[in-house]
Amino acid sequence: MGKKILFYGYGNPGRQDDALGIRFIERMQTWVEEKGYNNISFDSNYQLNIEDADTISGHDIVFFVDASMEQLEGFNISEVEFSNAQVEFTMHAISPGVVLSLCKQIYNKVPQTYLIHIKGFEWELEFDKGLTDNGEKNLQDALKFMQKRLPEIIENPSAVIF
Amino acid sequence: MSKKITIEPVTRVEGHGKVTIHLDDNNQVAQSRLHIVEFRGFERFIQGRPYWEAPVLVQRLCGICPVSHHLAAAKALDVIVGAGTGDGLTPTGEKMRRLMHYGQMFQSHVLHFFHLASPDLLFGIDGDPALRNVIGIAIKHKELAVQAVMMRKFGQEIIKATAGKKVHGTGAIPGGINKHLTQEEKDHFLNGPDPMNIDKMIDWSLGALEFFKGYHAKNKDLIDNFASFPSSHVSLVRKDGAMDLYHGVLRGIDTNGKKILDDVDYQDYLQYIDEEVKSWSYMKFPYLKSIGKKDGWYRVGPLARMNTVEFIPTPLAQKEFEIFKAYTNGKPNGMSMHMHWARLIEILHSAEMMKELLNDPDLMSGELTVKGTKGREGVGLLEAPRGTLFHHYRINDDDQIEMANLIVSTTNNNTPMNTAVNLAAKQFMNGQTEITEGMMNAVEVAIRAYDPCLSCATHALGKMPLEAIILDANGMEIDRKLKNG
Repeated sequence: MGKKILFYGYGNPGRQDDALGIRFIERMQTWVEEKGYNNISFDSNYQLNIEDADTISGHDIVFFVDASMEQLEGFNISEVEFSNAQVEFTMHAISPGVVLSLCKQIYNKVPQTYLIHIKGFEWELEFDKGLTDNGEKNLQDALKFMQKRLPEIIENPSAVIF
Repeated sequence: MSKKITIEPVTRVEGHGKVTIHLDDNNQVAQSRLHIVEFRGFERFIQGRPYWEAPVLVQRLCGICPVSHHLAAAKALDVIVGAGTGDGLTPTGEKMRRLMHYGQMFQSHVLHFFHLASPDLLFGIDGDPALRNVIGIAIKHKELAVQAVMMRKFGQEIIKATAGKKVHGTGAIPGGINKHLTQEEKDHFLNGPDPMNIDKMIDWSLGALEFFKGYHAKNKDLIDNFASFPSSHVSLVRKDGAMDLYHGVLRGIDTNGKKILDDVDYQDYLQYIDEEVKSWSYMKFPYLKSIGKKDGWYRVGPLARMNTVEFIPTPLAQKEFEIFKAYTNGKPNGMSMHMHWARLIEILHSAEMMKELLNDPDLMSGELTVKGTKGREGVGLLEAPRGTLFHHYRINDDDQIEMANLIVSTTNNNTPMNTAVNLAAKQFMNGQTEITEGMMNAVEVAIRAYDPCLSCATHALGKMPLEAIILDANGMEIDRKLKNG
């Protein structure tokens, strides 16, 4: 049986490019189902929260997907490191690192966890506007990259390096 | 000569705000204010949209209590589609919505208590910030962290089963609901393997209450006296005086328990409630018109509900309610930290309500919607986790929303939060010109007791680092502290 892989996107889809993580999940799921890959699941929510420690505990490899306000070249994939939370400013802001730390403390499990950060540009409540053109381009680039890498990851999970 | 300390934004509160603390010549706290620094005018965005979109669109306000906005908007639109004012839905429509609402209340309160409040209780207001958080709870009190995670997950699954999905749910529609509960879903929630079943959720809710009461017995000074002050209280109550978090009449009581809002129909809320604008905050200040701007402010939320209702219509929560009421000899309770106690009683009540509803056959069959004579205007209220939530819409001939007015729970608690901040600042900052992390957290503890959601109160998005600044009377900075967001 192959490794269990989770793609988990988060953001508020009502705020333009904040939807990048959730749109990634929708399109990636469609592509994975067309390809017929097994052991790959998908989830999404407005933000990460404490119950996601339970969600990721059942997987071997986890890809969180989020929109980013940072200065990136399109998108970025990085390995998630443990975070001790410190004093957090909002419940919105539970980071992948906090989720991973909780998973380790509660379930004694540490899935290989990565964050796909996709650069966004606009974040307003504009009802008739979806992703920006530049956000859409970054999303497509991120999808193309992961769709190319996913068969290799399924074939040889221990070689996942970004 | 005076000095001013600024703390911005408040950590672990949704959205962001800042706190300014003005010191006098003797470094005593003269006045403190919670400022809200961003406003996006959600009501304006929704104007011109078809009215039936509102229950989904309003969830864009924020991702913390989208279900409350979803249901309040649906309730307002029930009136517009002629489906009555909260009690005209089919049994299936109303009960599915109630299950969604109690699921939301359960998971929201659980998150607040275990993630935001319990670290302050278990590690102390001035405890090591490296431990004073949910990871610290997981390290030192693993069983509590496990309960928090699984209770949250249970509530989220109830929401998904009733609203259709976790993000931008579509379950509630004008005039009812768009789905039944399936047998599989019902069995899962009632009889799922431990811990994911409703009986375990009730057990854990009782356990959380015992934990709090035990802590209270050993820490009476903190729990009873920290940011404690008398106030009026407002909430919905059922017509017979019972707690009802989904529907009822508006009741207000004063500091002595006398009714100052006598079970009125919330469709007429504008006759009774107005909002004052102040120059230093983007968040308005609601007040009862009959009492006036100065003294007409009130509290909403779990503590207010414990003060306004006469009983809780589920047996285990009722027992806890009686203990809670006996603590103040039946008198109104103004202790801010008792908000946590009240919240835990509501967690138990919500779990009991979910069990009652899950056993109700109306959830699995029956008509989903009802329609009547269409109107132009409707008001929808419910008791959201943080307090009374108002949605008010008026539509035009083209079925577009031409007016929307939202008064969210956190806005209702604006003056009480400012009062609590002032008290906490006086207790912890009198005589100080330097801000320690413990002092900053003390002010935040006072605000967090109200579980404010500044994101929807100001209709804002985003985060920023926490910054505290002390200024002297000449505006010169004499100290600054920064916390990462």
